Amino acid sequence: MEGTLADRRYTVDRTRLIRRLRAVLPASALLAEEEEMRPYDCDGLTAFRQLPLLVALPESEEQAQAILRICHELRAPVVPRGAATGLSGGATPHPDGVLVSLAKLKKIIDVDPLSRTAIVQPGVRNLAVSGAAAPYGLYYAPDPSSQIACTIGGNVAENAGGVHCLKYGLTVHNVLRVRGLTIAGDIVEFGSAALDAPGYDLLALLNGSEGLLAMITEVTVRLTPKPELAQVVIASFDDVRKAGDAVASIIAAGIIPAGLEMMDRKATHAVEPYVNAGYDLQAEAILLCESDGTPEEVAEEIGRMRAVIERSGAAGIRVSQNEAERLRFWAGRKAAFPAVGRLTPDYLCMDGTIPRRRLAEMLEAINALSEKYGLRCANVFHAGDGNLHPLIMYDANQPGELDRAAAFGAEILELSVRFGGTITGEHGVGVEKIMLMAEQFSLVEIDAFHRLKAAFDEHGLLNPGKGVPTLARCREYTQARAGSASASARP
Amino acid sequence: MDALLEDWAGRIREAAGGGGKLAIRGGGSKSFYGGAESGEPFAVGDYRGIVAYEPTELVVTARAGTRLADLAAVLAEKGQWLPFEPPLFGPQATVGGMLACGLSGPRRQAMGAVRDFVLGVRLLDGRGEVLSFGGQVMKNVAGYDVPRLLAGSLGTLGVILEVSLKVLPRPVAESSLRLASDEVAALQRLNQWGGRPLPISASAWHDGVLTLRLSGAAAAVVAAQRTLAGELLDEAVADAFWQSLREQEHAFFAGDAPLWRLGLPSVAPPLGLGPTLIEWGGAQRWLRGGEAGAIRAAAARVGGHATLFRADATLKAAAGVFQPLPEALARIHRNLKQAFDPQGIFNPGRMYPDL
Repeated sequence: MEGTLADRRYTVDRTRLIRRLRAVLPASALLAEEEEMRPYDCDGLTAFRQLPLLVALPESEEQAQAILRICHELRAPVVPRGAATGLSGGATPHPDGVLVSLAKLKKIIDVDPLSRTAIVQPGVRNLAVSGAAAPYGLYYAPDPSSQIACTIGGNVAENAGGVHCLKYGLTVHNVLRVRGLTIAGDIVEFGSAALDAPGYDLLALLNGSEGLLAMITEVTVRLTPKPELAQVVIASFDDVRKAGDAVASIIAAGIIPAGLEMMDRKATHAVEPYVNAGYDLQAEAILLCESDGTPEEVAEEIGRMRAVIERSGAAGIRVSQNEAERLRFWAGRKAAFPAVGRLTPDYLCMDGTIPRRRLAEMLEAINALSEKYGLRCANVFHAGDGNLHPLIMYDANQPGELDRAAAFGAEILELSVRFGGTITGEHGVGVEKIMLMAEQFSLVEIDAFHRLKAAFDEHGLLNPGKGVPTLARCREYTQARAGSASASARP
Repeated sequence: MDALLEDWAGRIREAAGGGGKLAIRGGGSKSFYGGAESGEPFAVGDYRGIVAYEPTELVVTARAGTRLADLAAVLAEKGQWLPFEPPLFGPQATVGGMLACGLSGPRRQAMGAVRDFVLGVRLLDGRGEVLSFGGQVMKNVAGYDVPRLLAGSLGTLGVILEVSLKVLPRPVAESSLRLASDEVAALQRLNQWGGRPLPISASAWHDGVLTLRLSGAAAAVVAAQRTLAGELLDEAVADAFWQSLREQEHAFFAGDAPLWRLGLPSVAPPLGLGPTLIEWGGAQRWLRGGEAGAIRAAAARVGGHATLFRADATLKAAAGVFQPLPEALARIHRNLKQAFDPQGIFNPGRMYPDL
């Protein structure tokens, strides 16, 4: 499945490329046989599979630099890859290019408790950073669901989020400095150990750039003091609208919860038999609302949260009484994706963000679409920041189901844009949502993105066919949309 | 596009076609900051007004000419604010100027900077095209993060038209403490406290006195007061003190000696470059006077950078306002400038001489 990866083909002399790369890499760092490369043919978006021309596994920044210099000289595309847990195909290989896995760059270079920072290589796992910081009472705050496996380099490339973003921010808020390589092999430092580095905020630009601007070789992250205590309120509602109102009321009361998550009935029913989280299965929606801080702070805030949620007409409220119970309440939410995976051969995870006030409307629309396409859909929702993850269940072995699931997902994301939101909150555009960029951006804006990209990579060699569609693709998309709109308007 | 923007786009295209330069000006409150203004004045301060504000969404969208003071008043009615405390430096300060300058007040180390709160922008680029990036939602990774790129870009990439910002509720309780401390001990304590879950929202050290502000739940503030054991400041005195730092009305900032702003790793030792005022837990240090080369070298040695924040035009031209960039980074800057403003018409020289 080449899709937009075939939009531009590159003429690369594979034999020559192998010869040049062999000269700078140990034998074990270059894979050229099909069976060796097969494990690298996709990331978390398994519906898109593509063999690269070659796979390189540099063991140092110098080797990564040598690879880029050669690829740049020979005009061969380069696709960086971390742990490949991404869900949008950001690390899908390019058929004419070298897939560069940064998995071997996995050293934690320094953890400094006094400055509350850690310097790590890109292949270090998200959770390993918190593990290394734990002896000092510190942790790395962003916690994407894949945090056991996903790596910091990928987190920066995707600007990864998690369930605690409302209070603690996204990756972009927790990274101080990124050291990387341009496609030409120049070493550059974006940001610094000091705040407000001079010049344009290229560090912010790198976050979420999906490997299209530079290859990351080292990251300085900010560490956060671990709160003394955390407690979670779990509330059930007999109507999703009431749950949505409760979210708005919590914010209106001046509370910024450490986490604020919602799950619909289909999601709780998927999760409960899998992890026994103790969720109320009668509820149409449940809300998880967390407070953290000093014991005094938490007691005060939990009291305020409880009062607001009660006034919002919750059918039931419980507060975690100990750490084990708190983790159990969260385990259900964190296991939502694999739990849904047990109910269906395949599922697509959508990632739209909408203004919170449109939530109930969105869930009703998703229910209607579920009937229209004849596919089930469970919803988990980062309610605090409006980020919705509908999980569309399908069976790839049934003819037409994947296409129906994709069309269902596209309609949800189109609706997200119409509601004033975005097609992707934290999973990235990749190859999966690249055409939907035309839904959210005008041709001149798409063109500005291409010019911005060229400022870093004039020959378009870093991760081509991802993130931003060609102008020709955008025109096709808009014409096709106009055609289908006028067709459906006919009686 | 409304008539005003049509007119602006026309002037931009005219300038781009005829080798013209435009000096973008909002309220003019920060025209002292950065390289000297040059080019034909391009006044944008009248494009103002709050476009959308939904307190329960924690998002406000305002036209760039909106006065910061007006925005703050509207947010305050709902118990909310911009937690990075952008300095105004004058009642005419605008939302667009705030984003373009990227400056933050005393709360920066605890709460973040403008770039951490900007969610979306609309701007006119150097071709006279209106472009929208980002949006009005907290999580958004569609397309490159141009809104954050514009923070601190000093108007060199385009005319900012509209800005969407994340806002936060004001803390329930606040109090300020004062302790006697020398510089070395103050830096040591600030960094140690930073690693503990204490609600310190601002800090300042000058002349043997360390002042701390605590913000958060009432119980947390009271508990931290006991832990930190300083002299509790009267609320009005404390407010006036933090305000005097934010707006540089404190006595340290008086007089004509050049004002240097050093951004350093918070753990950097005292640099011994003369009278110093330390903020942001050690991460921002202000100096008066001194030799530019020595200051820049000292900052770079500890992994930081130095900005000539206030000085006369001669010194600024000679020393440069911002720490010079390594060539690989400078090249990306020139390319980005070219991408947004191909004819180089916006605020030439305001950031670096060649941008």
